[in-house]
Amino acid sequence: MNHTPEELLIVTLADMLHGDRHVAVGAASPIPCAAALLAKSESPRRMHVSILHSLSHNPFAEGARELFDAAAQGRIDTFFLGGVQIDGSANINLVGLGDYPNLRKRFPGSFGSALMYFAVPRVILFREEHSKRTLVERVDFISAPGTSPPEVWRRGGPKALLTGRAVFSFDAERARFRLESVHGGDTPETVAEATGFAFDQAAEVGETPAPAAERLKRLRRDIAPRIAEFYPQFAARVWGLAA
Amino acid sequence: MDAFERLTLEEIAEAVPDGALLGVPADYSGVPMAATRALIARGARDLRLYCLPYTTLQGDMLIGAGCVASVEAAAVTLGEHGLAPRFTAGVESGALEMRDSTCPALHAQLQATEKGVPFMPQRGIIGSDIAAHRPDWQVIDSPFGNAPDPVLLVPAVKLDVTLFHAPYADRDGNVFIGRRRELATLVHAASKVLVTVEKIVDESLYATEASAACALPAFYVDGIAVAEDGAWPCGLTDLYPPDAEAIRAYAAAAKTQAGFKAYLAEFGLAPRPTPASQTA
Repeated sequence: MNHTPEELLIVTLADMLHGDRHVAVGAASPIPCAAALLAKSESPRRMHVSILHSLSHNPFAEGARELFDAAAQGRIDTFFLGGVQIDGSANINLVGLGDYPNLRKRFPGSFGSALMYFAVPRVILFREEHSKRTLVERVDFISAPGTSPPEVWRRGGPKALLTGRAVFSFDAERARFRLESVHGGDTPETVAEATGFAFDQAAEVGETPAPAAERLKRLRRDIAPRIAEFYPQFAARVWGLAA
Repeated sequence: MDAFERLTLEEIAEAVPDGALLGVPADYSGVPMAATRALIARGARDLRLYCLPYTTLQGDMLIGAGCVASVEAAAVTLGEHGLAPRFTAGVESGALEMRDSTCPALHAQLQATEKGVPFMPQRGIIGSDIAAHRPDWQVIDSPFGNAPDPVLLVPAVKLDVTLFHAPYADRDGNVFIGRRRELATLVHAASKVLVTVEKIVDESLYATEASAACALPAFYVDGIAVAEDGAWPCGLTDLYPPDAEAIRAYAAAAKTQAGFKAYLAEFGLAPRPTPASQTA
């Protein structure tokens, strides 16, 4: 059964969520959102998925700060972050390009990343564009640092980086990424060529497993219509679903 | 006589002084767009926007119209409609002062004022360039516990004015805010509170526990103006969704200052002539 690139990313992210009790998904994140709903549908135990983008799946009733308070209390197991730039030490930049504050290109801003990256045990970095423009040696601005000195309180941090080409794990002690698998059509060499930072490699870098036919069916039948509620344009593009 | 101070949109705009530190709600908690157009119409200047925690159309329009001296926020964006064009142009040209923050710090600085304490400790953030560029923030070693434990302190922020839009108020001037409790934080931390509402209803918000849980008490509120569709083109939960077509039209027009000026002209408005509003 053929899958789209987005479907590969969804099932790969879903595999990273197994065992979680509570996954929170920020705004404008259709692929992490689909992954969380798929993982919940496959989870043998109770799993909460909080989708900030949605009214009905956003459980927070104490105002917008409750998400950050819940994270600080350790009640969110996994969160997703991205970045205009991500560097080889997993520092992320959501602010802009150039010499801050004299930026030549301004992006929206850091949102809550500067707390979530510390407080949530497992942060998955997700950025579809895999290029030397996005994956850089050193970010121009650190919205949230990938690692911290030992005396600084930090419950969690980056665990993995998923792009449109590959899956990396992150070793906080070495402050380096390790290439775990490449998606179909890429090799460790083509990935290295497209990456602006140096990284380690797993003993065997395989191909990111394609979604099984049965799972793909369930994704399209059960999850896709729910994604269409929150992300009609995405669902129309990937699954041809009308809003 | 009304039990609350009933204002017009023009009076709301007059009640926000030039140079005010203005509390700005996010796009999910009642964006006062009708009042924003009134602020532009009166030629408000040097406003300092304190966003909880980000702003979309409201901030971008005020910036483009030359009403803004500085912005403190975790982000300024049009969300799915792309970058906020007047904001990005203002920052890239150097005309606009941006104080970059992060959501929990923006909440915490107002919560300190809510509690009447001078600062709040905040986890995370240490080691970011956000903290590196905030001389008003401090890191101390926590006085509790034995091991070294650096913790960030952020000072209390008192807003001059908080202005937002809500579905309704009752005859006593209590305002429905639902579960958007961050509006209560913006209110508690402000010297003056101005609200626009879709309508005034007869039944008291305190008639049932269910509706009382959604209330902002009247004693916080300095003035209320009725403005139907007052959040348009932003949405208002349960009443109307964001007008995607209108926001797309704004995003396209505001790519240039000339396009932005033409957009304002459709509302009979014009930008103030300032360095920021002259940015191409």
